[in-house]
Amino acid sequence: MRNYWRKGMSHAIVALCAGAVLLALVPLALILFYVLKQGVSAISWTFFTHTPAQIGDPAGGMANGIVGSLIVTGLGALFAIPVGVIAGVYASEYRGTRFAAAVRFAADTLNGVPSIVIGVFAYGVVVLPFQRFSAFAGGFALGIMMLPLVMRTTEELLLLVPPTLREGALALGATRARAVFTVVLPAALPGIVTGILLALARVAGETAPLLFTSLNNAYFSTDPRQPISTLTVQVYTFATSPYPEWHRQAWAGALVLVALVLSCSLLARIATARMEKLQRGA
Amino acid sequence: MRTDDIGFRVSTGLFGALLIAVVGGIAVVLYTDAVSAIEKFGWQFWQTEIWDPIAGEFGARPFIWGTLYSAVLALLIAAPIALGIAIFISELCPAWLRRPLVFLTELLAAIPSIVYGLWGIFVLVPFTRQLEAATPPWMKALPLFSGPPLGLGMLSAAILLAIMVVPFSSSVAREVLKAVPQAQREAAYALGATRWEAIRMALFYARTGIIGSIMLGFGRALGETMAVTMVIGNTPQVSTSLYAPQYTMAAVIANEFAEAADKLHLHALVEIGLVLFIITLAVNVLSRTFIWSLSNPGRAIRRKVRPAAVAEPA
Repeated sequence: MRNYWRKGMSHAIVALCAGAVLLALVPLALILFYVLKQGVSAISWTFFTHTPAQIGDPAGGMANGIVGSLIVTGLGALFAIPVGVIAGVYASEYRGTRFAAAVRFAADTLNGVPSIVIGVFAYGVVVLPFQRFSAFAGGFALGIMMLPLVMRTTEELLLLVPPTLREGALALGATRARAVFTVVLPAALPGIVTGILLALARVAGETAPLLFTSLNNAYFSTDPRQPISTLTVQVYTFATSPYPEWHRQAWAGALVLVALVLSCSLLARIATARMEKLQRGA
Repeated sequence: MRTDDIGFRVSTGLFGALLIAVVGGIAVVLYTDAVSAIEKFGWQFWQTEIWDPIAGEFGARPFIWGTLYSAVLALLIAAPIALGIAIFISELCPAWLRRPLVFLTELLAAIPSIVYGLWGIFVLVPFTRQLEAATPPWMKALPLFSGPPLGLGMLSAAILLAIMVVPFSSSVAREVLKAVPQAQREAAYALGATRWEAIRMALFYARTGIIGSIMLGFGRALGETMAVTMVIGNTPQVSTSLYAPQYTMAAVIANEFAEAADKLHLHALVEIGLVLFIITLAVNVLSRTFIWSLSNPGRAIRRKVRPAAVAEPA
């Protein structure tokens, strides 16, 4: 009798766990469905070539937002990638040390800081001193968000490189710096690039840190010293407006964002699968 | 050690130090920008409920209430689901299904917050409004379900937050379960345990890490901005009602920061940001400690499983 109860309990829990998976996949399916349905009907060529139109004019687009997002994300990547990669090199090369542990801890902490707080920080560091909202400030905020992502990926991928490679370089008389930068880092490069791509996609989808750093701009601008429109902030502005016309545009913007994320994730998955295959082969 | 190694170590170490400097810098910058508000209002700031920037009244209690309440509610929904997913993927599911499931849950984590918000406004909020409108009268009598069915409010925010937190917590919990030695499960099976009983053993073994993963999700929920801002209704009031429109710390910063005209308003918002930073920092550090204590095998073995290690065949 007791065994029936135990087995029944076990089956019930297994079913509940499977149910949890299905339950989580429902919103994913719903979100993808709605973004696809509403986005596809709203998107058109003008979306990519025009700036936001006045209400009532259906010919508007988010060309300035798309370019702006690229600029702001690019500005962030400009300093986040070198700093993150080199910090990652340090953390993996000297992994046993206390300082490396501190760096890792700082990265994890930074990763947990809410994006809106990063925005307030960027406001204090870049906007206040220069007395103006600018693409620079937005880029700074996004760069700060990228830093821990890039650093941790670099570190983790460097640890995957077989030690024999490094030892070979060292045995040939290379200095540590040389062994790292000409042998170990190149060996991990495909993976690191993938990781950076994912980090880029993630911060490009950020809105909160841009609201009061790069602000928004109704016009086409590429000047990093001026406020700039970004895809995400534009979607936010349109989504919270009362105009159905603008809601359609917001869905189109969401479609572009989701397409970006989806393609990056797929690319990363293919790349990691290939990496794993290589490692198994080696 | 050769001399060039020291140069390499120091120069790369400087870049690492930059990350530490950024975390410290955030604390310093937020504090210096908030200090005038902190000095002016003191504790009063967190105890009063009136938020009226035009009249110069700043009471931040509704925001901290909204942030904590929404995050706790989201956690109540998300924790069992996240745990179920982690258990299913790491313990139960057939090998061929594992990768696709991991990919799908990670996709859920990768969707930008603004897209969740957009979906929330146009799909979730109308749905919860219907749900709220269909509430039977005896339920409406309870304070938890009182108020008009607006849709925009705590319930929508909690559901949306839960959806966003689930993939995050479940992926950490999955990693934690992966760190449980296979011998633990085998021992349970050898003693005649059912599947669930063996899983329960693994869960117990990984308990600190599991708590850590849930807390990490909690930290995420506390700081989530866009999606919550778009569905919570943005009304500064302290209410236990799920149907009431409320406000969060992150949301008020997002809404008012760019338009804060006078200095005091701005500094009050920065103070809210500072406290949000401190709360999320504490939650994150605590949860990382939990997870780390488990994934650091040396310590785990020394502390917990020495008797089991003795029993293992040499």
